Amino acid sequence: MNGVVSWFRDSSNWHGDYGVPVLFGQHVLLTVTSVVLAGLLGFPLALWLGHRHRGGVLAINITNIGRAVPIVALLSLFSLSILGSGYLGPYGRSGLSTLVTLALFALPPIVTSTYNAVVEVDADVVEAARGMGMAELGVLRQVELPLAAPLIISGLRLAVVQVWATATIAALVAGPGLGNIITRGYANNQTAEVVSGSLIVALCALLMEIGFLGLQRLVDPRRRSRVGTMR
Amino acid sequence: MVPLLAPTSLDNCLTRNDWICGLYYSTRAGDLQTALVQHIGIVLASVSLGLVVAIPLALLARRYRRLEGIIVGTTTAIYTIPSLALFSLMVPFTGLGHRTVLIGLGLYSLTILVRAVLDGLDAVPAEVRESALGMGYNPRTMLLRVEVPLAVPAFMSGLRVAMVSAVALTTVGSILDYGGLGNLILEDPTFKAQVLAGSVLCVALAVSLDIVLVVIQRLLTPWTRA
Repeated sequence: MNGVVSWFRDSSNWHGDYGVPVLFGQHVLLTVTSVVLAGLLGFPLALWLGHRHRGGVLAINITNIGRAVPIVALLSLFSLSILGSGYLGPYGRSGLSTLVTLALFALPPIVTSTYNAVVEVDADVVEAARGMGMAELGVLRQVELPLAAPLIISGLRLAVVQVWATATIAALVAGPGLGNIITRGYANNQTAEVVSGSLIVALCALLMEIGFLGLQRLVDPRRRSRVGTMR
Repeated sequence: MVPLLAPTSLDNCLTRNDWICGLYYSTRAGDLQTALVQHIGIVLASVSLGLVVAIPLALLARRYRRLEGIIVGTTTAIYTIPSLALFSLMVPFTGLGHRTVLIGLGLYSLTILVRAVLDGLDAVPAEVRESALGMGYNPRTMLLRVEVPLAVPAFMSGLRVAMVSAVALTTVGSILDYGGLGNLILEDPTFKAQVLAGSVLCVALAVSLDIVLVVIQRLLTPWTRA
């Protein structure tokens, strides 16, 4: 434990190319970029499929496939083949391979949750909206999307937490990010460093989880209307 | 000076680092088998460990609803911690060996399995419970003879998720030199034939175990195929 405290107080761990700020920046940048990429692809697809009530088999299977493929395997295969292990600007070593792998792992939770969220919107409500003369896009935007919002956010939360974890493992295959503190600690037999790096990674993951749970509550239209009637 | 080995004799698919290499499979079949056996062992041991802890926890959560929030909340928080970090945080307590990997993976399957047991028992229709009570079942016999069989489908789907995830996560154990096929992949991440073989075997193992569990589920629930 003393080792961990002195690790955090050692200024050399907070400077340079392998210091906490640089690695943290890479980690956050990787997470955000890959979730945005996956979202740009996944959200429109899942919203449309859910709105049309089609493609359920795809939505379920994509999650199962995502679960079965080990991150180290996919990342090693990518960096050995088409995507390479070169530096990619602020994303660091093996940047492109890591980014694509992470985006692929973010896709299943986004697609499955969004699809399920839209499909499970009360059919009577959708029917009523159509009966009031709403156009299809209006039904999707003003009825299905708000009602599906909490579950969609929950999918986003799963994606972010999953990508954060996956990005940590990237360091095993010489990728960028905070995982490097952990692998460096193992390589140098420094348990204090291993534990310190893990603490940073784990605390950030827990904070993100809590933040998203709050956001999920915030966007729930039923909760808002409940609060409204109480006033 | 005559070179000890003529350069031509070194030109094979291993030295060329080909993706698919017959020589690799013929010379390293033993390594592949050892890694695969270790991988299966880790998966089965850790999921069993998770199961042994999950069942009493889930029953406790169901018996005392106030505990449910704490149990589900704690296991979810553990699940949020990235695997590499979780293994590493346990090192000071469980050491740099097998125990850390097995307990770490067991904790991940614990989260999925506690939910699975609770979901399974919640899936038992209230009418069925009432009829069983009316027929004179006491809580214990009702759990064993009525609720458990009806909980099997939801429970088994959770067990499948736990098993498949464990197969993929086991590779991370190679940071502690106990990662089954992950050891092969990460031993030298530039050795194409070995990376490909390890990856393919890993996915194949996940699919095979999933199929085995589907078959077991069908055998356990003959009434669903009536």
